[in-house]
Amino acid sequence: MTMKTPLYDEHRALGGRMIDFGGWELPVQYEGIAAEHHACRTTAAIFDVSHMGEFWVEGSGAEAFLDFAVTNAVSKTVPGQAQYTVMCLESGGIVDDLIIYRRDATRFLVVVNASNIEKDFQHLQKVLSIYESAATDRKGTVQLDNISNRYAQLALQGPRAREILAQLYPEIEDLKTFRFLEKSEGKAVPTVLARTGYTGEDGFEIYLDPSLAVQVWRSILETGSPLGLKPAGLGARDTLRLESRYPLYGQELSETIHPLEAGLSWVVKFEKSDFLGKGSLLKIKEKGLARKLVGFELVDPGIARHGYAVCQDTLTNEVGEVTSGTQSPTLGKAIGLAYVPLALASTGSDLKIRVRERLLNARVIETPFYKRTA
Amino acid sequence: MQFPKELKYTKDHEWAKIQNQNVTVGITEHAQSALGDIVFVDLPKPGRVLKQGEVFGVVESIKAVSELYAPVAGKILEVNAGLVDEPAKLNQDPHGTGWILKMESPDAASHEALLSAEEYQKLVESL
Repeated sequence: MTMKTPLYDEHRALGGRMIDFGGWELPVQYEGIAAEHHACRTTAAIFDVSHMGEFWVEGSGAEAFLDFAVTNAVSKTVPGQAQYTVMCLESGGIVDDLIIYRRDATRFLVVVNASNIEKDFQHLQKVLSIYESAATDRKGTVQLDNISNRYAQLALQGPRAREILAQLYPEIEDLKTFRFLEKSEGKAVPTVLARTGYTGEDGFEIYLDPSLAVQVWRSILETGSPLGLKPAGLGARDTLRLESRYPLYGQELSETIHPLEAGLSWVVKFEKSDFLGKGSLLKIKEKGLARKLVGFELVDPGIARHGYAVCQDTLTNEVGEVTSGTQSPTLGKAIGLAYVPLALASTGSDLKIRVRERLLNARVIETPFYKRTA
Repeated sequence: MQFPKELKYTKDHEWAKIQNQNVTVGITEHAQSALGDIVFVDLPKPGRVLKQGEVFGVVESIKAVSELYAPVAGKILEVNAGLVDEPAKLNQDPHGTGWILKMESPDAASHEALLSAEEYQKLVESL
């Protein structure tokens, strides 16, 4: 079964090349990945990310429950703040990476990856039953709902995103990074305007009632196009996030990868009294990492892609694996991320990557590959 | 979408311009459009002898990798070395300055299997 977002007809009308993305029919590109990528880096780009999943967590125990379910410290957030985190299995393996938006003391919007909606919801229900059966007397009530169908989502990203969005929603003018505000537009759900994103540029993610999606999409295009804004597809979304070293679930992250080796220890708060996976992650931390996610550039001509092997010195002795790789449109060189043994993980290390039965030379470099100025 | 009449085509979206034994080879406009922004080409060395349908190189776009297949049998006389520095030529002018190989192909039988412009256009429109 393929699902369509409320913007499906808009994508077709704009010449979007539609592909199946985890059951969703979404545009991989309109004009071209490079042009859309550059538009986002220099002006602005608008993405349809309505496939993303949303859960609603509410109740007197919501904060404590989320603090148990995820690795970051939800209790440290204030109303109107967004927080990036992962949630783990008991083993420390990553179930998903997510953003939690705190509305107030007892209500949270949890945003998860489209491909993981069902899995995450079942996981959280299971975690909730573990949490509720735990022997403490101050648990409070928790209501957990999957409201993915009630929200469409647009991402407006780029150096001129704020200027463009402010013409539709003047209230975002002073919104700070990783903050959000809500606006009632007379629909079943309030519109959420968040200064968050997945491109490495300034920008906003807009969660809105599906019936508003076409109208807001068109308004943004109308306002932004004269400045150079372009609609952008999944292709540019992927190259933009990779240049900024944002992980993608299913590639950099999975249930057999833990956050410490993925470079996400900054979202793992061991000082919390307990959270799912804490015991395993503590042991891993004490023992030391076996491998690490590193960024590389290719020295030889070619492109190293997802799934290609990192080898010691011959084609057959694999020591690691490329999780993402592409030709970077901003930097004009082939870059990628790979899990490699610690001995090969320091900046400047030489790697050999197997590309069509040949070994290409690569070098570990600092990430993010691209960082915006100011 | 252009399907120049003077060219012959493969179902793998290469074109061949046959002038007696001399055959110029490239990828079709449909191929470049389907691949998107082409950022890398891996080309063979002149002198290599190719069987019909043999993989002789690779083009990569930002999103995808695609192998190149010899539309006819023969020996490679020349490769378009300019593509290495300017792979975007394959997007901009696939039937012209984006040519890939010049081959010597005396095996006329291997030319028979190719599609006409009309046949190839039908194939593309059925995709």
